[in-house]
Amino acid sequence: MKTKVTALSDAKVGNTGIVESIDLPAEVGDYLAHLGFLPGTRVEVLRRAPAGDPTVYRIDGIEVGLRSETASHIFLKLNARTAV
Amino acid sequence: MSCHAPVIEPVLEPIDPAPAPPASGKKPALRTVALIGPPNSGKSTLFNQLTGMRQKVANYPGVTVDYHSGRMKSIGRSDLTLIDLPGIYSLATYSEDARVAVDVLTGKMPGVPKPDCVLLVLDATHMNRQLMLAAPVFSIGLPTLVLLNMSDQMDERGGRLDTLALARELGHPVALISAAKGTGLDVIPEFLLHADDTLNTKLRPVQLPVLQTPSACRTWASQVTLRSDYQSPAASRWTQRLDSVLLHRIAGPLIFLAVVFAVFQVVFTIGQPLSDGLGNLLTHLGAKVALLLPDNWLRLLLRDGLWNGVQSVLVFLPQILLLFLFIGVLEDSGYLARAALIADRVMRSIGLNGKAFIPLLSAYACAVPAIMATRTIENKRERLATILIAPFMTCSARLPIYTLVIAAFIPNHLFLGGIIGLRAIVMLSLYVLGFLAALFTAKLLNSSIMKASTAPFILELPQYRWPTVQGLAMRLYDRGMLFLKKAGTVILGASFVVWLLSVLPVHFAGGTAHVSDIANSIVGHLGRFIEPVLRPLGFNWKIGIGLLSSIVAREVIVGTLGTLYGVDPATHAVGLQAALRHDMTLGGAIALVVFFAFAMQCTSTLAVVRRETNSWKFPALQFAYMTVFAYIAALITNQVIVHLF
Repeated sequence: MKTKVTALSDAKVGNTGIVESIDLPAEVGDYLAHLGFLPGTRVEVLRRAPAGDPTVYRIDGIEVGLRSETASHIFLKLNARTAV
Repeated sequence: MSCHAPVIEPVLEPIDPAPAPPASGKKPALRTVALIGPPNSGKSTLFNQLTGMRQKVANYPGVTVDYHSGRMKSIGRSDLTLIDLPGIYSLATYSEDARVAVDVLTGKMPGVPKPDCVLLVLDATHMNRQLMLAAPVFSIGLPTLVLLNMSDQMDERGGRLDTLALARELGHPVALISAAKGTGLDVIPEFLLHADDTLNTKLRPVQLPVLQTPSACRTWASQVTLRSDYQSPAASRWTQRLDSVLLHRIAGPLIFLAVVFAVFQVVFTIGQPLSDGLGNLLTHLGAKVALLLPDNWLRLLLRDGLWNGVQSVLVFLPQILLLFLFIGVLEDSGYLARAALIADRVMRSIGLNGKAFIPLLSAYACAVPAIMATRTIENKRERLATILIAPFMTCSARLPIYTLVIAAFIPNHLFLGGIIGLRAIVMLSLYVLGFLAALFTAKLLNSSIMKASTAPFILELPQYRWPTVQGLAMRLYDRGMLFLKKAGTVILGASFVVWLLSVLPVHFAGGTAHVSDIANSIVGHLGRFIEPVLRPLGFNWKIGIGLLSSIVAREVIVGTLGTLYGVDPATHAVGLQAALRHDMTLGGAIALVVFFAFAMQCTSTLAVVRRETNSWKFPALQFAYMTVFAYIAALITNQVIVHLF
């Protein structure tokens, strides 16, 4: 199956993918890790806030809102079937 | 789809059946049980289920973290005390909450007995993350029962978990429960019996990996859940449906505004009659009791000095409780997190972290806990900015003076076919005014002290839930007690001082003592001394005295005015609203509430700012800035209204 690596902020609503890497300072990265943002975890783009940002992601049974400035440092392999 | 038995029997297998300790006579009795769990795991609901409503709130010594404790009466163990620890994700001691939890669990918290066993509450709907707290809790070595909460959600949304396998993996008994529905809780007394029996035996040391980093913790948790045949439940369909409306591009913000409007409207349409009724009752009661007293200084002291002031403030209890009922419903249902998401864009435009939203929101209740809550903001400059703007948020202490003035001066016109009243609109405008002042100040600070903002916005959105009656009742109880306590201490004291100064000096003539006429009393002289400064604002000297006394706390002004107008023969017989209408212009009245929207009339807030910033510089600066701000705004308000009407 064909996959490509993309920033989480660029993924579209409805896309799913597997977290590949996270490029953020340790304290932010640790907090995100507690929420489930770790390499290998499946993430889904659920919806955008009314103003278009932040975006709500579904990861490991919970929903987390992130601003695009944070999400742009999280990279994932988009699941090819949903990356339309 | 239910792939597991609805309620799994507890597994007590890991407790080592091996050598009983040297028989030294009596077993130590089980006394104290600690309740621990991550935020939103349903810990408070469980706490209420286990203790009933007989619990007390206290502060851990030396720190600002509140805790509830109570007897486990609901499960027939009133001999046991349950301590509710702060909701935390990990025991890493970088947060104060986590440090408190570790200190209590290891028996190092002065004044708190060392727990004999632990109830660990985890949200079963996302175990991978919740289990990250389990390893450090187990390593403390106390007998621990793992309660997987939200079993009802697991069932409804197709989740699955083999609790027997999980218990084997963890080396501790595990049970699925639903704290909200009250199901599965019978494992708790059973565990406590076993914990009782095995207190003298040693638990088998659990072989857990050394979990230094979150990712190591996480990897361990994933392996454990994998071996326990865990399937996290699908997203709740209700949450998805609700969010598609409540976070809708257009409907979302509109609903947000409608919700805020509805809250204020109800505070008036339901709260005002309740408040008036309570007022009548208290007046009646006061008059009845006064008749029983001899007609001398004692009656004066009790009725005019104490009762009038305290009663004027007490009548606002229904409105305050209603407001907190709404805040409680919004928070417990999960809507508040959505509101934060909607508001983030505005917060960002003024250079504030979305995380500042939660402290600022709680400042609508009271600035003191809000300022303490800013500890979650890592960036020092952002934290300072949040501390400095928090007191502009309309706290509940402003509610008494707002509702008093609005009820006295604003006619109850209805618009849009009776949905929105003029009073609610004025009230909401005052809240917006405070918020705008906060925005303005944040902008000001942003261009001076806060250059770079890097802290991220990370917000967990819980699934929507029905708020529980017990949870809401608990909040209202806490809030109500706090209010009554303040009425019984600060407001009572201030009323007494104001009354005393309004009857002194005592003159002796013809062998009998005569108290001063209010105009010639100390208060009268002081009031007229400051009157020239306040006249342009449309305030008379009595309002001036009210302002001076309210530096202690905002509600005190209502108590003071109650005392002053009660002592004055001209307004003695009428209620406070009528007295104000008789004594103030519309301009002065509106200027008064505008003054209160901006002024820093609260010694508790000043003290907490001093403590949190560790310097007198910031509270002094804040006090001066807000007072000048309030004075100028009130001056403009009065002058504009005087020239318009």
